[in-house]
Formats: sequence, structure tokens, C-alpha cells
Amino acid sequence: MTEKKGSIASHLLMGVMAIYFLLPFWWLLVAATKDNDGLFGSAPLWFSDVHLVENLRLLFSQENGIYLTWLRNSAFYAVVSGLGATVVSALAGYAFAKLRFPGRNALFALLLGLIMVPATALVLPTYLLMSQAGMVDTIWAVILPSLLNPFGVYLLRVYVHDSVPDEMLEAARIDGAGEFRVFRSVALPAMRPALVTVLLFTMVASWNNFFLPLVMLSDSSLYPLTVGLRTWFMTATLGGGGPALFNVIVAGSLVAIVPLIAAFLLLQRHWRSGLTVGAVK
Amino acid sequence: MTEVRSAPATAVPAVAGPPSGPAGGSRRRERAKQGAVGWLFVLPFAVLLVAFLLLPMAYALKLSLYRSTLIEGEVFAFLDNYKQAFEDPLVRQGVVRVLLFGLVQTPVMIGIALLAALLIDGATSRFSRFFRLAAFVPYAVPVVIGTLMWGFLYSGSTGPFRGLGIDFLSSGVVLASLGNIVTWQWAGYNMIVLYAALQGLPKEVYESARLDGATGTQIALRIKTPMISSALVLATLFTIMGTLQFFTEPLILRPLNPGAITEHYTPNLYAFHQAFSFQQYNYSAAISFLLGAVVFVGSYIFLFATRKRSALR
Repeated sequence: MTEKKGSIASHLLMGVMAIYFLLPFWWLLVAATKDNDGLFGSAPLWFSDVHLVENLRLLFSQENGIYLTWLRNSAFYAVVSGLGATVVSALAGYAFAKLRFPGRNALFALLLGLIMVPATALVLPTYLLMSQAGMVDTIWAVILPSLLNPFGVYLLRVYVHDSVPDEMLEAARIDGAGEFRVFRSVALPAMRPALVTVLLFTMVASWNNFFLPLVMLSDSSLYPLTVGLRTWFMTATLGGGGPALFNVIVAGSLVAIVPLIAAFLLLQRHWRSGLTVGAVK
Repeated sequence: MTEVRSAPATAVPAVAGPPSGPAGGSRRRERAKQGAVGWLFVLPFAVLLVAFLLLPMAYALKLSLYRSTLIEGEVFAFLDNYKQAFEDPLVRQGVVRVLLFGLVQTPVMIGIALLAALLIDGATSRFSRFFRLAAFVPYAVPVVIGTLMWGFLYSGSTGPFRGLGIDFLSSGVVLASLGNIVTWQWAGYNMIVLYAALQGLPKEVYESARLDGATGTQIALRIKTPMISSALVLATLFTIMGTLQFFTEPLILRPLNPGAITEHYTPNLYAFHQAFSFQQYNYSAAISFLLGAVVFVGSYIFLFATRKRSALR
């Protein structure tokens, strides 16, 4: 009896919290179907006249279709940074776990020591150094710093240490395989689940990145979505004589999160396994 | 889950202790070769670590010790910038604000995350699986877009709360409104972390409590919660680290009410504007370096003080 009452109460609580977490998404979905008048005039949480197609057409034609450029940039930065960071982390994580080389313990201790350095504190000096190297306002200013992922190295080191047996590597060496061959054909396949997790997390971190591209880029054709949408929002809010862009911004926000939510739903298992490892960091 | 939780315990001694495994004298040449190969493998990472972590850190420290003057150019100023930062009321206001924010927002969010984690751990229905997804989805949304959505929701002209008569963006309320955005975005993430810890607990412990007549609520609060204290400690740490660096949310909401969200609203926002609106790179570097040092040292002290209870030893 109390068991059942408790279950009803806990489901009620979950229901209330679910409404809280999903409310902004519902609002976004509804708002993306409205034109500017509807956005400001009609009931915020229900549909009025549906202008979704019109909004999307506006979104993709605004400033000669710059939104599509931003979308492409975001995808490009995410894929290149994600793949690059994963390769770098895989090589280093494997070496820390399985290869003996002078300075290994010192370098790994340095990594553990620096894992807590807050990234935001490094953006300004990185910008100034990049500007001395003449690389500010290029794609490299966004991509190169994103390739460094100390946590990914740590995660892969732990994974390789626990789940790639030395005997397997030793057997391949005895068969005459070189060190790189051992890594590629024996260790790498065994590391796959952890690699997918690292790839996923670095890609999403890059897709969501804002501070670094905000500081590094001034050419709007290099912007990722996050920086581009913020510029539109500034223009729309502060007036400035341009067209009121609010419905375009809402549609743009919706289009920007659809790929993430799709990836999130499809790859749930990897998200959760990554976060579990994150819990012990 | 259990094997993951025990991972650092095996990882750390392996770093500190002597390398294990066979090491016969006949292997010396092979080991020398492995040494070279090992460096080749970590080289890309080591280069990146130097270029984008150590070098910027050293450069920020150097910048913060200099001042640029019109007549002499860059001159060594030792701790003058830091002295200025300590005496700057705008820095102080920002620090007090993020501390206040962290003090209120962190327990609220961790509390919600813990409640949600206990609920999904206690229920096995289809709805609880749906709820787990719903709570976690905000984490997948870029902070910029999450903040934009809430900006529209808070607005008196586009939001659904306009009937309440509260101006969510007024100077007295906006800090709480920002806290809500952070809570919405990160509660589900922390819920998953805590839920994973709960799933790793041995079931026998609370099965026997249940046989002794303990209710579900008692088991959740008196048995499960203390047993995941290490995960709670870490979740709290990462949240506090994040709030000290508070930047994106106030920057995005700023155009909606620049009078309430000033350009020195948080220390990071202040450092950003000092550098990019006023070209005060040296002063900005001092503020960033100070903030970074506080976060860095603070998190190690926190981990050290709580290491008996946390997974990191």
C-alpha cells in the first residue's frame, strides 16, 4: 500500500521535473513556426499561424545564406577537432599505458597536475600568442587549441591499462610486428568503445564551443553557429536599424540543436559510459 | 560501473610505482627502441601541451607582471597589477557575486540532481527511462542556445511567464534567472553521474534494510545518499569550478539588460572586457591568472581535503 503510494509520488515528482526540463524545447519548437508578429503576439506555448517553412527560407537566405556557412563551419570544426584530438589522445594514452620511455611518469604526473587548469583562463594568452604567430582569424586558431584534450588522454590511458592485456601486445611483437603495427592492429581495435566516447565528447565540446571562436575570429564567414547566432541576437536586441531577426534566430536555434539531439538519442550508451568514467576524474 | 570506479585506484600506483612486467637484460636494446617509439607516440600530445597550456600559462604570468606605458612601452611592474586587482571594487563585486551564486546555485542543482538520480534508481518503469532522457537532453544543447531560449522565455514580450508580473531580467532577479539556466543545463548531467554511482552500489545492503522494514525514502536518504558521497563531492567540485568561471550565460543575456548585467558582472566577463574592449591586456592577464590560480589551487585543496571519501587517492 505505502509502496504504491510512494511510487505514485515519485512518478509525480518525475513528471513535474520532466516538464521543467522539456519546457524550453517545447517553446522553441512552437516558436520556430511563428513569424515575428506571432512570436510577440500569440500565446507563447501554443501554435498560431504556422510559418515554419517561411522561417527556414528566411534563415537560409539571410545575409546571402551565411547561416549555412556557419553550420558548415561548426560541422567542420567539430569533425576535424574531434578526429584530431582523438588520434592524439589515443597515441598518447596508449604510450602512457603500455610503452616504457624515459620521462613517462614525469609527463603523466604533469598531465594529472594540469587537468584542473581552467580553460577560460588560457583564452586571452592563447589569443595573444596566436596573434603574434599571425594565426588569429584563421580556422587554425579554433582547431589547434581544441586538439589538446588532457582528460581524453587520461581516460584512454585508464582504459588501455585495464582492458588491453600485455600478453596480446607481446604476442604480436614476437610475431615480428613493429611497435606502430602493434598499436594499429592490436591495441586500436581493443580501444574502440573508449575511442568512440572520446570522439563524441570532443566533437560535442567543439560544436558547443563559444569563448575560443568568439575571441579568435572576427571574419563572420569563419564563425561557428554559436558565435554567429549570438551576433544576430545582439543585432536584433540592440536594434541598429536592421530587420528584426527574432524569428530567424529562433529557427536557427532549432536547426542548430537538431543534429545534437539526434546524435544524443542514437548514441545514448556512449554518452553514459563516458560520463561514468568522467565521474571518477 | 564498479570496474570504472576502481580505475583510478589502479591507475595512480602504476604512475608512481616502478614499471611492472618482464625486464630481462637481453631486452635492453628492445627497451631503448621502445623508449624512442614511446616518445614518438606522445610527441603530438606533448607539443600541444606545451603550445596551448604551458606556454599560454607562462605568457599570462609574464603579461600580468608587466605594464604597458605610453612613453616606455612594456615595463616590469612586479605585483602592481595584482595589487590593483585586489583593490578594484569591480573585481571584488564580481568575486562576491560568483561566490554568492555558487553558494546558492550549487546546492540547489546538486540537490535536484540527487533527487532525480534517487528517483530513477528507485523506479524501473518506462516513464522513469523517459525522464532520465528528458533531464539529460539540456546538457546536449550548446550553452549559447540554452541561454538564448531562456532569454526568450524570460522576456516580457515573448515568454509564457509574462502574467506573473516578475521581471526576470531586472537587476535584483537576474542572478537567480542565470542560476536557473545553469541548473536547467547541468542538473541532468550530474544526475547521470550520481545515478551511475548509485548503480554501482551493492544491492544486498539496502535489500536487508528493506527486510528490516525501512521505507524507500529512508533507504534513499540514510543508506544510498551517504554511500555515494564521493560522487557527490566530485559533482560539487566541478560545479563550483564552473561557477567561478561564469561567463557565457551573462554575456549572452547582457544585451537584454546591460544595466543589470554589467560588463564587470563576473570576474571572467570583466577580464574579457578589459582585454577586448579596452586593450588592457596586462591587467586582464592578472585577473585571469588570479582566477585560474584560485580555481586550480582550490580544486586541489578540495580534492585533498576530501580524498578519504572520494575516488581519487
